[in-house]
Amino acid sequence: MSVNTIWVLAELADGAPTATTLELASHARTLAGTVEAVAWGDGAAAIAGTLGEYGVTTVHDVGDLGGALPGAPVAAAIAAAVAAGTGPDAVLVPASYDGRDIAGRLSVKLDRPVLTNVVGLTAADGGLVTQHAIFGGTEILTARFTGDGPGIYVVRAKSFSAEPSGGAPATVAAAPAPDAGATNAARILARHVEERSGPKLDEADVVVSGGRGLGEKDQYALIEELAGLLHGAAGASRAIVDAGWVPYSHQVGQTGKTVKPTVYLACGISGATQHMVGMKNSKNIVAVNKDQDAPIFQVADLGIVGDVHKVLPKLIEALRTRS
Amino acid sequence: MQAMNVVVCVKQIPDPAAPGALDPGTKNLVRSGKLILDDSDAYGVEMALQLADAAGGGDVTLVSMAPNGEVSGLRTALAMGAARAILVSDDALAGSDALSTAKVLAAAIRRAEPDLVLAATESTDGYTGTTPVQIAELLGLPSVTFAKKVEVADGSLKVERQTEAGYDEVECPLPALVTVTAGVVEPRYPSFKGIMAAKSKPVDTLTVADLGLDGDQVGAGGARQEVTDVVPAESRAAGELVVDEGEGHQRIIEFLEQLKVL
Repeated sequence: MSVNTIWVLAELADGAPTATTLELASHARTLAGTVEAVAWGDGAAAIAGTLGEYGVTTVHDVGDLGGALPGAPVAAAIAAAVAAGTGPDAVLVPASYDGRDIAGRLSVKLDRPVLTNVVGLTAADGGLVTQHAIFGGTEILTARFTGDGPGIYVVRAKSFSAEPSGGAPATVAAAPAPDAGATNAARILARHVEERSGPKLDEADVVVSGGRGLGEKDQYALIEELAGLLHGAAGASRAIVDAGWVPYSHQVGQTGKTVKPTVYLACGISGATQHMVGMKNSKNIVAVNKDQDAPIFQVADLGIVGDVHKVLPKLIEALRTRS
Repeated sequence: MQAMNVVVCVKQIPDPAAPGALDPGTKNLVRSGKLILDDSDAYGVEMALQLADAAGGGDVTLVSMAPNGEVSGLRTALAMGAARAILVSDDALAGSDALSTAKVLAAAIRRAEPDLVLAATESTDGYTGTTPVQIAELLGLPSVTFAKKVEVADGSLKVERQTEAGYDEVECPLPALVTVTAGVVEPRYPSFKGIMAAKSKPVDTLTVADLGLDGDQVGAGGARQEVTDVVPAESRAAGELVVDEGEGHQRIIEFLEQLKVL
């Protein structure tokens, strides 16, 4: 199977393509001659300019979804194009909430499996080969599809860099979704934006994360305060999200966000493989943990063997004096 | 009030605390040792029990696929209060890709005729994260993923769904499939009575043929993806280690200054 045309699922945030969307479009240019995008919602046409700058030539606009969740209708629109012979050879999907829904439904509609948690994608033997970080990123597994039909790839954020190519605005082509019947019955009644002070977790230059070593829920305030003083974002290990101390949206790891900040400060986090895969590629890692043998120290550029309840308050105090 | 039957998809996995390994030949994850209930699935089981209670009745049925007729993880969930389990176990399933797994689970779920199907957002061992939605599509059901709150009223679901920016309030008619995030409810610990009762709860063990599926469509032979290689990742060297004797925070500040973060 040769790869001539790649479609990228274009997700929007605040009226602009998300960072992952642009990363995927940029990388797709290195793999295929034609890069197109699929977008939905009332802002789809407005991003044709930006997508064009990143090499996308056509935006297939599914249009307004009337409050439906994107999974069923967007998958139906892509499957219709494939059935009509105008579809892509590969679909690149951001590993997001909606992206995974679309990939799952599309997989069944096309009767093709999905490769998820992709962190690398290269052309080989006329097809595509994926890379996946496994066992906490200690090993890299490569995989590929066999058989005919488009490949569906769900790619983790920050796997590629976003680089504009200076292309002209993309052409917008209407791609309305066929009726997806009962599968499309869920409706969004209201959207809630959670208050956030400071940068987004996956965009922040500094991330301060807390884990079980904090001991109790109230101690997470130390993490938030420290993140605030460093103009960074507050993250968490799965253990304390599971325990209900902080919302899922704070989770860094295999489940959760992938972060690559300039500095990642891990506090009271032992470094389970689940966590490491989400932060191991940070440019610099600082860890504070009282257990000298904690796996987190094996990846830390600076490790402080100590009690977070002693080290963090002093660090906060020292930073306060400076600011 | 109307009784509600809930199916919970549960996975029995190798203990995540033990180091994982791949079979050198097949490059499949080794699942030969003792398997336990995936922690992620305890939330779905708890949610199912609460929703059936709130509906004033109905059964919670577990559906799982595992090698060697493995039931130890299922017993944990039965001890929490699930009524019965359907286990698909067949040597032909080894090496199945996520789509084949979804086809097997969908066929098993269909037998239970549920009003609601619950699953975790992804398993702890394979974390593909697409199987639940594939099941929904195969069953022709709507789905709401990443639920952080679930209520049922008048045959309809009200779900708070996690989003990048916050959450959406989503309404969805039953039958439907929902995936729940960790921490959505507090899973109960099985009581001694529950553990004893679980031993005699029914577990229907089915094969691929029992489900009316074609053996060629599942397992390694039916998989349409293959692992081509596994290599060690570029390792990151451990850096400086300082034992805090009251001045550890100073070293962090110096480090941040070097990086011009301060």
